[in-house]
Amino acid sequence: MTVCDATLDFSLRVGDSCLILGQRLSALCGHGPSLEEDIATTNVALDLIGQAQNWLSHAGEMEGEGRDSDSLAYFRDAHEFRNLVLVEQPNGHFGDTMARQFYFDVWHYLLLSQLIESSDETIAGIAGKSIKEVRYHVERSCDWVVRLGDGTSESHEKMQAALERQWPYVGELFEAGPHHARLVEAGIAPALSTLQEPWSRHVGEVMAEATLTVPDRPQSRAGVKAGQHSEHLSYLLAEMQGLRRAHPNAEW
Amino acid sequence: MTATSQCLPTETEVWSRLEAVTDPEIPVISVVDLGIIRDVVWDEGELAVVITPTYSGCPAIRVIEDSIRDAIRDLGVENFRLETRLSPAWTTDWLSERGRERLRDYGIAPPACGAAQVVDISRIMNRRHRAIACPHCGATATQPVSQFGSTPCKALYRCQACLEPFDYFKEH
Repeated sequence: MTVCDATLDFSLRVGDSCLILGQRLSALCGHGPSLEEDIATTNVALDLIGQAQNWLSHAGEMEGEGRDSDSLAYFRDAHEFRNLVLVEQPNGHFGDTMARQFYFDVWHYLLLSQLIESSDETIAGIAGKSIKEVRYHVERSCDWVVRLGDGTSESHEKMQAALERQWPYVGELFEAGPHHARLVEAGIAPALSTLQEPWSRHVGEVMAEATLTVPDRPQSRAGVKAGQHSEHLSYLLAEMQGLRRAHPNAEW
Repeated sequence: MTATSQCLPTETEVWSRLEAVTDPEIPVISVVDLGIIRDVVWDEGELAVVITPTYSGCPAIRVIEDSIRDAIRDLGVENFRLETRLSPAWTTDWLSERGRERLRDYGIAPPACGAAQVVDISRIMNRRHRAIACPHCGATATQPVSQFGSTPCKALYRCQACLEPFDYFKEH
């Protein structure tokens, strides 16, 4: 595998994760617990979908077969998606949505703060743009974990349970794809394992402030990076891609 | 009159025409005052206008691009291209003084300066919010309600003096 192929693969991993989480959050439009939160959720969705567009355009260029971000988003099937299994998990209740967001945002911010130094100029540019947006995402999801964890006994219990439920999907955040070492050598991306320590430290600090307990069981869910997904992805894609596939050349 | 090279606008003329192109979501501020026009240059008979998006997913960008195209055609230029530049990333520090004043007059608190830094993740939470002056009464006793507002670039605040809610163009 060339560095170019490895870059393509990595751009899909980050871009697909942004896209799928953006799609998940979009489904909450009009269903937020309050007007401000409804607006916040859809703003985060919008940021993530915009970032996905940048990543998938870069992936399309690396692939060199003339596919743009739209064709990659709408005309690939579930097994071709490289997103984290964490982000395709259902929205559940507000605590579930926030637990998923919290784990992802902390990882996303730490990853982007390395990628702004990438030797791939496009990746450095996308990261430099995204990180300013993600800073606000981190602030919000950490804040909610504290408010719900350190809230009423019911919100505490629900938040703890939500964080436990999503925990098995966390291991994948630090799992490298088979050719990731090429990118580390070329200075394009950091070794994902290096994100684990700062991630655990920050997540631990926020959970301590929230009077929550960090789950005491393995995070790992090995092998998901090979294009294996949970049952939820196909349903999500059916909804996201249906219209586009029914009218492939439609313009509006 | 035919479009000979003599009647093509200069770069300065293009800049002044673009000052009349406004942000569709904040119609008091121009794309020049927003700082999203990065360059205007004649390149061997073709006009290149370089723009940078504000937020990655800003839905206004397509409308803005169309308005820029219309403005350039108004000047009689047919041979031009719009280029998108991601790096260096747009920052609210590029907003002009005039743009900041217009925002304030419109009821939107302009962004604080020098805020667009990448910080260590431990400093993101509980960061002290700057004193944002209320655009209605000028009081600095204001409170953030939500970091996300009616458009990607705005946060929602409330003034504790005049009790009015207001938008803050958040530092970015």
